[in-house]
Amino acid sequence: MSRVTRFAGRDPGPAARMSGFLAHLRENGLRLGVAETGLALDALTHVVAADPAQCKRALKAVCSGCKEEAAQFDDLFDAFWLNGGKVSQKIVPNLSNRASDHVHSSRHAKGEAAGAGQANAPDGGTGEAESDGLGKLVATEIANLMKKDLRDLVQADEIAAAEQVARRLGAALRDRRSRRRIAARKGDRLHFRKVIRQSLATGGEPLRLPKKRRPDRTRKIAAICDVSGSMTVYAQVFLAFLAGLLRADPQADAYLFHTRLVRITEALRDRDAMRALARMSLMADGFAGGSRIGGSLEQFAKTYAKRFVDGRTVVLILSDGYDTDPPAVLAAALTRLKKRGCKIIWLNPLKGWRDYEPVAGGMAAALPHLDLFKAANTLADLAALEPELVRL
Amino acid sequence: MAWTDLQTAMAAQGYVASDDLSVALHLALSLGRPILLEGTAGVGKTEVARVLAAVQDTRLIRLQCYEGLDASQAIYEWNYQRQLLAIRAAGEAGQTGADVEARIFSEDYLMERPLLAAIRQDKAPVLLIDEVDRADEEFEAYLLEVLADYQVTIPELGTIKATTHPIVILTANGTRDLSDALRRRCLYTYLDYPDRTTELAILNARCPNVSDRLAGQIIGFVQKLREEELEKVPGIAEMLDFTAALMGLGIADLTDDPAVLQATLTTLLKTQSDQANVTTEVAQRIAGRAA
Repeated sequence: MSRVTRFAGRDPGPAARMSGFLAHLRENGLRLGVAETGLALDALTHVVAADPAQCKRALKAVCSGCKEEAAQFDDLFDAFWLNGGKVSQKIVPNLSNRASDHVHSSRHAKGEAAGAGQANAPDGGTGEAESDGLGKLVATEIANLMKKDLRDLVQADEIAAAEQVARRLGAALRDRRSRRRIAARKGDRLHFRKVIRQSLATGGEPLRLPKKRRPDRTRKIAAICDVSGSMTVYAQVFLAFLAGLLRADPQADAYLFHTRLVRITEALRDRDAMRALARMSLMADGFAGGSRIGGSLEQFAKTYAKRFVDGRTVVLILSDGYDTDPPAVLAAALTRLKKRGCKIIWLNPLKGWRDYEPVAGGMAAALPHLDLFKAANTLADLAALEPELVRL
Repeated sequence: MAWTDLQTAMAAQGYVASDDLSVALHLALSLGRPILLEGTAGVGKTEVARVLAAVQDTRLIRLQCYEGLDASQAIYEWNYQRQLLAIRAAGEAGQTGADVEARIFSEDYLMERPLLAAIRQDKAPVLLIDEVDRADEEFEAYLLEVLADYQVTIPELGTIKATTHPIVILTANGTRDLSDALRRRCLYTYLDYPDRTTELAILNARCPNVSDRLAGQIIGFVQKLREEELEKVPGIAEMLDFTAALMGLGIADLTDDPAVLQATLTTLLKTQSDQANVTTEVAQRIAGRAA
């Protein structure tokens, strides 16, 4: 038993140790609520709690929720309860310095949006600031060539045009797969429950025949746009498209990535289109730098996708496929994403070139996972995708 | 009952459960929680429910999930034909609307589906919700409601509370990710292909009259075959079919006749490309290493 962790003298008892363990698991990305702590303690009363192997199995059944967590659990258990007889000082970790992206992704994104909003506040009075802001603008341009203001790239009327396109694409992406039926004025089947109900009023004679039909289900779009250096030329179109998309479709979701991934949905929902872009460019710092497609998509699949991507989602990736990560990372990320049941569309501006072959390592690795791989470098191209999306 | 007792009882029914699974099932029984079993096809997830029902000497109620499964197939449905007849009959007899309504929306006209049936048994049954990942997300929401309170609300009848809490087993093989809410509600065990000793124990439990030598060869062969690059990796059921095929052909040694071995591989390899990839030479190599 010498392997078992010893606890400091002021240890407040088994319940506190258990909540400490649960906190330890949460820190390692397992999603557990308060109720699980009670359940875990309860579970231990049904096995021989003094036997570490049995405890591990019991807690594993309670605390793990998927294959990865189950595989990870043994190590986490050993780290907390069997650390070679060392004395554990702190039983319940400090809550204040936790910043887990797994659990709090929305709060995380909101936090960013709020931060951006504040930093952006002076921009509200653009009218006066414009005239004397010129000198400053030159200075910043010299100081930071890499930092681009997206407002220079995208014009307000482009957003309006993009909104039109996005609206049409969203409509094309109706999901017709629903097999359930709902009551409807015109339908292909009788709604028996209603027929019976209403026939009571006519003495059992089913005079009115309410119908039911399969409802159309809308699809959510999650757009992920590459804003690395190689994509700068096309960024204008794609960013306008993203802005339009989010304004046209209240369910849509948008992300930017270069070397890391940022969620820009909240920022782009701003009613003022230009202010939305300003907020977005503040968030996309490092814009036009290198690109880590694999890493960013992996991050997406592991965090945001768990909450926002389901079987009715279309993941739209806008990128040229030049990746600094090994292709295997990208392939693994897409496999993971695909397992959520979504459709994946990749729009590659380079594909529009004559004789283009997807030889870039990343692109080649991604191809087998894609439902649609198309060229797009202008708004017109995007609009032309409509019939393809209907068929999807 | 301790978890080891459960393990022994399941072994007596011909199911060799790992320690992980036994503890999890034991907890599911004693805490009254649903248990989610995940794993690839052919590792014996569904079988767990059947064996558990036999061990507990209770009914097994099975709900097979599929896309589009909805409340009328999973929880309850009114018997519309009978209702219509009853209304007509009542009309002839000159009964009033309120009486008729009360009658046709009574239990006599209610058709139980698995979820409702499971909470209305006298003895807690085993409720198997098979391949829950095939059903769509709306169904998960129904399921959560039933699993949380063990009650079903029927607008015309009121709320039906569970007489006994069923032992709920959900299985999934990962066609899509389940919602976190559902996962949280359940205990969880991931079932993997068994290791050599466990699989040998399964074989001995199911086919007691296989010679030790052949049993060892079969398990060795199947375990090695799983390491090959296959589209559909053979599960335990396939291994048992393979054994039955060899027994039926009266084979005593796997390496005896390459042609026969190749012919019996149809029980293990279920896609055309797998069959094309495992040629006679490959099969002989694997059999040779396994022996």
